[in-house]
Amino acid sequence: MPLNTTQVTFDDVNVGDEIPALRKACTTQQLVMWAGASGDFYQIHYDPDFARGTGLDGIIVHGALKNAFLGQLLHDWIAPAGFLRRFGCQYRGMDYPNQEIVSRGVVTRKYEEDGQALVDLDIWTENAAGKKTTPGTATVVLPRG
Amino acid sequence: MPDSIVTPEMQELIGREVDEGVAEVTTSGCRLFARAVGHSDPVFYDEDIARARGYRSLVAPPGYLGTPVNTQTRGGMVPVPALIAQLRIPYKRHLDGGTAYEYLEAVVAGDVVTSRSKITRFEERLGSIGPMLITYHETAYARQDGTVVAKMYGNVIHY
Repeated sequence: MPLNTTQVTFDDVNVGDEIPALRKACTTQQLVMWAGASGDFYQIHYDPDFARGTGLDGIIVHGALKNAFLGQLLHDWIAPAGFLRRFGCQYRGMDYPNQEIVSRGVVTRKYEEDGQALVDLDIWTENAAGKKTTPGTATVVLPRG
Repeated sequence: MPDSIVTPEMQELIGREVDEGVAEVTTSGCRLFARAVGHSDPVFYDEDIARARGYRSLVAPPGYLGTPVNTQTRGGMVPVPALIAQLRIPYKRHLDGGTAYEYLEAVVAGDVVTSRSKITRFEERLGSIGPMLITYHETAYARQDGTVVAKMYGNVIHY
């Protein structure tokens, strides 16, 4: 995905705005890359027999990888001058390899605190059926326009 | 709802801080992590660009202070805080319930971070997958100069 070529500023943003979505479809190869990069080698993310043995339907995408997608969603929106203050999500639903995962965000509040221009967002990933599998929230610091 | 599995010994652990160890933020680690996520911003890959944008070195991508650091400090194959891994929980399976990160300063390659973790709360629930125990935990990451640069809030679901 190309980065924004123009800097988003505090003055540009309005409550209710949707930020540009980030689309992914994890291959099993990406799950293995994530396992190596993160150090999380829990077998439910690469060994189908092991995953089924724990009661799952098959390999599932790491929750922390979906969280990292939300981190990329926010980073790409606020770069280069914004600062990601806080972000996180709950892992409420499973995502499986080779199915589209779309990361989205909507502005819920803009305000100033300690001289910084802050924006709160609801963020989430949704699966191909449109179900929100990782609802969460974020706060970013934006430069003034 | 079955009887509580949270013992008095477990209750006593709430709020007790444990040093989890030290982890380095490296250029290779930042690049590997950024590539695994699919980041396209060169600030995670190219040191010259990172410096031109005012950082001392490559920026640690969102979530790097998180699993990669936790797995360095905690050892083992699954990034569960040691405090939680040593609990005697009768449920055999676990899932990561959620994660939130709070960044106080930019984290860059060359930073050496010390992690301190604690359990903040136990919650028992009867879910669609049966009875479960949700253990909430927090980790604070301090840079080598002592500044806390980030915090992580998470929960582990045993079922």
